[in-house]
Amino acid sequence: METLGSKIAYAVIVLVIIACSVLAVTSRKILRAATYLLFALFATAAVYFQLDYEFLGGVQIAVYAGGIVVLVVFAILLTTHPGDNSERLKSRSRVLGLIAGLATFGLGAFSLLSRCSDLSHSIPAGGNPDMHTIGSKMLSSGFDGYLLPFEAISVLLLACIIGGIVVARKR
Amino acid sequence: MEINALYYLIPAMFMFACGVYGFITRRNMIAMLISLELMLNGVDMNFVVFNRFLYPGQLEGMFFTLFAIAIAAAETALAIAIVVNVYRANNDIDVRDINKLKF
Repeated sequence: METLGSKIAYAVIVLVIIACSVLAVTSRKILRAATYLLFALFATAAVYFQLDYEFLGGVQIAVYAGGIVVLVVFAILLTTHPGDNSERLKSRSRVLGLIAGLATFGLGAFSLLSRCSDLSHSIPAGGNPDMHTIGSKMLSSGFDGYLLPFEAISVLLLACIIGGIVVARKR
Repeated sequence: MEINALYYLIPAMFMFACGVYGFITRRNMIAMLISLELMLNGVDMNFVVFNRFLYPGQLEGMFFTLFAIAIAAAETALAIAIVVNVYRANNDIDVRDINKLKF
């Protein structure tokens, strides 16, 4: 059973998620869209904190809010004039987008609500993995270790650094 | 009101649907990238919620989300390098004007 405070926190988080994700895709000023994206990502981090995954919430804030949004804002400032509005949507593309979005939402909601009967219990005890568990699992090559994906991610990041330099350098 | 898994999955799905809408309607490359980030984020939330509610004590979903966040960062960095390069070549990042390689 949750306390009243956690319910209020839940309501605030969900309101922020819904409002900011709608505004991030409908705002006509691109810099504002990036700001709304930032707040949606913060709300997601708050969800992770509420589900007892503190490390994951920290990573979400550090990588998404600290890294990706800053990159996006830099790219916006480099490529567009800050005050510009994007042009108004044609009604045809808006209708197409609405149909696709609503179809996605409806299909997902239908399959969730009709197929998953064991989703209706409240949150079980025993989350919150401590740092020692996370670290030893990340670097173990045993049955439930994640050393190989960890190494693969390192190589991927290196390739991404080189690719970024090659693509964006001045010729 | 008991908060169960659906209370987290429905907002995540709403986030994903918003991303789909934005990806179809937006014409600016960076705005499309922002929509893509929204979609990725909604999916990440799904992994974490399923892990926490259905398999507490295991860490598969959490690790999957960790790696997904790292890959999203790499993908965004490359995409922005491409956007900057397209701007240099074209002076515009509207997807309708990027047709130099056509025909």
